Amino acid sequence: MIFNQTLFLGHLVKLLGVINVKPVHNYSNIFKIRFKTGAALQQLLAFASLIGLIIFFSLASENFLQFSNIMGILLSTAVIGVLALGATFVIITAGIDLSVGTGMTLCSVMAGVFITFWGLATPLGVLGGIFTGTLMGCLIGLMVAKMKIPPFIATLAMMMIASGLSLVISGTSPIYFTDRPVFSTIALGTLIPGVPNAVLIFFGAAVVAGLLLHKSVIGRYTYALGSNEEAAKLSGVHVDFWKIVVYTIAGTFTGLAGILMASRLNSAQPALGMGYELEAIAAVVIGGTSLSGGKGTIIGTVIGALIMSVLRNGLRILSVPQEWQTVVIGLVIIFAVYIDILRRRRAVV
Amino acid sequence: MSEPLVLMEGIEKRFPGVYALKHVRFELMPGEVHALVGENGAGKSTLMKVLTGVYQKDGGTIFFKGKEVEIPHTRAAQDMGISMIHQELNLMPDLTVAQNIFIGREPRKRLPLFVDEDEMNAKTEQLFEWMNLQVDPRMKVGQLTVAKQQMVEIAKALSFQSEVLIMDEPTAALSEAETNDLFRIIDQLRENGVGMIYISHRMDELKRITDRATIMRDGEYIDTVRTAEVSRDRLIAMMVGRKILHSPKPDVQTKRNKRLLEVRHLHRYPLLQDISFHVDQGEILGFAGLMGAGRTEVARAVFGADPIDSGDIYIHGKKVDIKQPFDAVQKGIGYLSEDRKRYGLMLDKDVKMNIASAHLRHFQQWLGWMDDKHIAAVAEEMISSLNIKTPHADQHVRNLSGGNQQKVVIGKWLVRNCDILIFDEPTRGIDVGTKTEIYHLLHQLAEEGKAIIVISSELPEILRLSHRIMVMCEGRITAELNGPEATQEEIMQYATQRMS
Repeated sequence: MIFNQTLFLGHLVKLLGVINVKPVHNYSNIFKIRFKTGAALQQLLAFASLIGLIIFFSLASENFLQFSNIMGILLSTAVIGVLALGATFVIITAGIDLSVGTGMTLCSVMAGVFITFWGLATPLGVLGGIFTGTLMGCLIGLMVAKMKIPPFIATLAMMMIASGLSLVISGTSPIYFTDRPVFSTIALGTLIPGVPNAVLIFFGAAVVAGLLLHKSVIGRYTYALGSNEEAAKLSGVHVDFWKIVVYTIAGTFTGLAGILMASRLNSAQPALGMGYELEAIAAVVIGGTSLSGGKGTIIGTVIGALIMSVLRNGLRILSVPQEWQTVVIGLVIIFAVYIDILRRRRAVV
Repeated sequence: MSEPLVLMEGIEKRFPGVYALKHVRFELMPGEVHALVGENGAGKSTLMKVLTGVYQKDGGTIFFKGKEVEIPHTRAAQDMGISMIHQELNLMPDLTVAQNIFIGREPRKRLPLFVDEDEMNAKTEQLFEWMNLQVDPRMKVGQLTVAKQQMVEIAKALSFQSEVLIMDEPTAALSEAETNDLFRIIDQLRENGVGMIYISHRMDELKRITDRATIMRDGEYIDTVRTAEVSRDRLIAMMVGRKILHSPKPDVQTKRNKRLLEVRHLHRYPLLQDISFHVDQGEILGFAGLMGAGRTEVARAVFGADPIDSGDIYIHGKKVDIKQPFDAVQKGIGYLSEDRKRYGLMLDKDVKMNIASAHLRHFQQWLGWMDDKHIAAVAEEMISSLNIKTPHADQHVRNLSGGNQQKVVIGKWLVRNCDILIFDEPTRGIDVGTKTEIYHLLHQLAEEGKAIIVISSELPEILRLSHRIMVMCEGRITAELNGPEATQEEIMQYATQRMS
């Protein structure tokens, strides 16, 4: 797998020795094209919408731009945001993961089992909870890559299994972490005064996800799979292996989200979680990631998740009933995806 | 010279029902550019797929640098240093040029999880400089023209330091200048001892760049010749062979009445240039040409499936405006795609449903209920008149043979009352016996007053069916021939005539 650099260069030098090298100068027009098209515009648009929303709500209500309200928005973004980070990887491979909502619940229940039932040390329990997610993701990856079960079906099944197992394991009642006060500080403690740790963890996770997706080989193969799986296979990429890796990463983020959720509620709520997967997917899509694969960024997903919670928060401050908030978010999704389609149509012509 | 780089002897390959390669021999010396020529379907691609591990041979031996080898998968061929530049591009449009070239073997940073993007781009730039290729390695491949993408594909193959490089119609999408660049690179590689297999239909190119040529016909090895010593006509004669036509030529006396379809000065840049032709009632018009000559594109343009830049279409002498397939069908044009399983049929529905599907409104009753009895009656009628071999009208189309599936598609368009029927490769994948039946059916339809256009890559088929033949080459019509008098050699001459 490792590319033999010396050999390649040797070959090249041998070839270079025989012919005249003509340097290439006219890159200027290429840069112009690159600047205008691509995901950059979509992100710009998403970011502009976010700023627009913030300005709108600050003008509409003086309560909106309070520091505590901003922190509230960020805190409420954390769980969905972390889920969305993992979902971004899966969606860029042109897959989908419906199991992250209830999977997250199973992870918090398992953390409850490890900590409250078995009395393991808190860090161990937390790692165990996250690892539950990793394992689930790995299983989904195996189903998708090796058993060739379509991602929609494999993760739909996993969503049901996780939902059921959470109830079975917890005996259908919440598991409380009250005898471990440190547990709730994972999300709600303030390493930086005024800023909940959950917010830090979300941004930290985003940085890690960004490095993985945009700088590492894992990310490279994630895009390759979604862009043209057949071509990747013919180029000697181990398509099955990297698919499993992608779902495993998504599962790990699910585990982290589960811990954040449990810590915020100071309990594992086994009946929770259904529907979170769709919110996560919505955040990814608003952030400009294409469900047909190959395109998307972490920063886009972060912005997408923020747009959703700014909308919810702002509308609530304006006393718009919750039912209507959901309607508005639905409309925003249509708008965001339609803009993307328009952009792509123009790019083709 | 030294021992051959690649020697393939007695290669056999069978597919269900077809003998694709019969005892084929092929030899490639180091530093040689070896052309592989033959008509469409002669077995060139199959032979190359055996060499690159896509297919497994059923017999024969392959020697690589004198040693007998097995090539069980594409990876094995790659590891040996055999790369192929495919005609259909194998790139990932959302990745950059450099990322595509280095996919699967990215240079890493000190922390090996991370890709050294700078080094990758620098190496790519070096490679491009050498190739005299002006492409930014950081650009997304999807934003490049097809020609540039082709050059990227070539760059990728070169970066593997291949000892054997297979190029399938590499110049199909390239301009004259780009072709010259490619030839310069080929000469360079030749000096470095790389052996190249060059598949092309362009006779003048073969003369220019190749040392020897191996000719194949109908899956058989014909001969290997020095390209410099053989004339273009001789090469074509060997490709075409002296095939005996068992079938009678089409009846010249078929009465032609009305001009049903006329196309004038159709342009679709860059695929079609100034296409004009007409078909009369009772006539079969053949479209001959090599792969990629633009025959299917003509059909799709007339049918409204692709947008056209300019040109007029007349049906029954009246100018019509066809913007989408719906308009074409309304005007009485039926298009039978070459890929009938994908575009022509619902495989998991029964014969009845398929026959009715092009004209459901015809079978509608009050409030939109379907008249199943009417559908069944019409289906039975079609089954008997087209001689569709199916146990009953409720049989799923998937279970029918290729020929009978094709008849179902024909029946579908007959129900729609189409006067103009365009057949794209009407007998692809159909066994010989049923082929004859389809031919009879087409003649019968013509006699009944339909106007028929047949697109086919099989010259005997075109000659057997057509009253008139349009020959295409690179998006233009290069000849209009009288069907009963045309010969395969004549068609090949015009089909390989490169316009400048």
